Amino acid sequence: MSLFLQQIVNGLTLGSIYGLVALGLTLVYGILHIPNFAHGALYMVGAFMSYFFMVDLGAHYWIAMAGSAAVVAVLAILCERLVFHPLRHSPPIHDKIAAIGILLFLEAVVQMFWGSDFRRMSSPFTGIMNFDGLIIPEQRLLIIAGAFVLVVALQLFLRKTMTGATIIAMAQSWDGAFLVGIDANRVAMMTFAISGMLAAFAATLYAPINLVYPAMGHLVIMKAFVIIILGGMGSVPGAIAGGMIIGFAEALGGFYISTSYKDIIAFGLLVLILSVRPQGLFAKGAH
Amino acid sequence: MFKVASLLMTPAAKYLMLAFAILFPLVAANEYQVYVMATAFVWAIAVYGLNIITGFCGQLNLAHGGFFAIGAYTLGLLTADYGWSFWPAFLGALVMTAVLGFLVGIVSLRLKEHYFAIFTLCVGFIIYLLIDKWEELTHGAIGVRDIAAPYGFGLVDFTDTTPFYYLVLAFLVLAIWFMGRLSKSLLGRTFIAIRNGDELAQSLGINLMRNKVLAFVLSTTYAGLAGALYAGMVRFIGPEEANINHTFDMITYLLVGGIGTIMGPLLGTVGIVWITQSLQFLEEYRMIIFGPLLVLLVIFFPRGITGSFLTWMHRKSQALAPTKKRQEKKVNTAQNREAESNA
Repeated sequence: MSLFLQQIVNGLTLGSIYGLVALGLTLVYGILHIPNFAHGALYMVGAFMSYFFMVDLGAHYWIAMAGSAAVVAVLAILCERLVFHPLRHSPPIHDKIAAIGILLFLEAVVQMFWGSDFRRMSSPFTGIMNFDGLIIPEQRLLIIAGAFVLVVALQLFLRKTMTGATIIAMAQSWDGAFLVGIDANRVAMMTFAISGMLAAFAATLYAPINLVYPAMGHLVIMKAFVIIILGGMGSVPGAIAGGMIIGFAEALGGFYISTSYKDIIAFGLLVLILSVRPQGLFAKGAH
Repeated sequence: MFKVASLLMTPAAKYLMLAFAILFPLVAANEYQVYVMATAFVWAIAVYGLNIITGFCGQLNLAHGGFFAIGAYTLGLLTADYGWSFWPAFLGALVMTAVLGFLVGIVSLRLKEHYFAIFTLCVGFIIYLLIDKWEELTHGAIGVRDIAAPYGFGLVDFTDTTPFYYLVLAFLVLAIWFMGRLSKSLLGRTFIAIRNGDELAQSLGINLMRNKVLAFVLSTTYAGLAGALYAGMVRFIGPEEANINHTFDMITYLLVGGIGTIMGPLLGTVGIVWITQSLQFLEEYRMIIFGPLLVLLVIFFPRGITGSFLTWMHRKSQALAPTKKRQEKKVNTAQNREAESNA
């Protein structure tokens, strides 16, 4: 029983991380209809920035996280301004290829500065909590709590503030948003900034129980794509629900089926679901 | 300038290029250059496959590198583990990639645009993971050794670089010839119609699914052909052949050369392979240049070298047309319009 609960905790942890990354992706998709393949690179840069602030500059974990979020937010805004904005009238295939260009560039730059070695990043939360036989490392609790706080904060921002409302308005209808005088550029930049920050937070939360290396974004971004397809592209609750589905499927599948194939589970699930329902699990219309 | 450029449009230019390719081993400084050229040709064949599904049919297939690896592994495993000789295994590789392409195609092509791209990205990754983890079949990270070289029927020895170069060249010419025929055929035009608008094509009575699957199977067979040749040339393969970066490389080649054009894939691949070769120190960091290059290309020259050239020729000929004879103009613009619609 406690082994099962242990897997539940693992699933929650993974689901939280995937959910955060997928949230950023789904926000950008909802506004600009761009599948941002470079999002995984932003996640990776987020981890390296935290590593840089903590190890090279000796900053505290929280300060490193904030610094990394700021850097990645600026980077995401630059991507929007320099790449996606000029391409807004191009065929969709161009956005995708440009996003791949950004991904390749960011990875190569990080590799140039830090090399392709695997690095370990420590965190001040190394303790272990014991709930009557159920052992939970503090960092995992922090991930679950952190993701929860971020999701609630994002919801409050989107629902209760004027700026958040402009993002939702743009996602619902471009024309309607323009009619009431919403500045599309501002909303686009803000959406990219938020999505970059979420990626940086997720990376900094997850890095201490994982490793930091230039290719670390690959798997995460692909799983995030699986998640937003499952959850319906552009849907915020869908991203969170999809993140949890994939997180649990991986934790339980990795434990009960096979560890070495656990990374395939998410993709296998996607292939299976899309074979039966090409429009995804939660989406209503056809694509 | 225009006159010189228009020479490039004549059929003679093609034969000149072919003649250069045939003479290349004689003028090359060393065997290594011939080897590099053969590698470039192998990749070019795969890029032609990508051109069919992505350039003509408009579906961004991110599993292309995976099918290249399947072709290479089918040939490698059949010859190294199951004792097949090269040519039957070569056919086996083509059949394998065509069949798998069909199976992946009928599932993935029900999805449109972004969904298709993301789905194939996942398929590419599944292929990589399977090759890396399924050790009983693929030897896992160790890779496949002792792959047979093509059997020359006692006439030629394909373990030498130069004969192999000609073998690859022959397949490349075949691939380009087929591509040229395809682009002029009704089928090729059907693919272009699908790219230009799914719904419009459907309303014209085009069976979307059947044509898209056909384009997909053709493209994966091209990838399998290239992969099998690659395995026969290098004779040692590992899971890295399925790395997603190979797909990204091929997209770069295709885009630089000119997406949806006939000569684009060849020019892009050969050009970039040689640039990378001459900048060896860049090998690891080449993406610092190619990443932004990819972005700049889609923003400023989305049609690549060949596409931009054809557009420029078209504009020039339009501007010069009134001074020329009517008949000439007719022929010229008809040709260029065709070229432009292909671009």
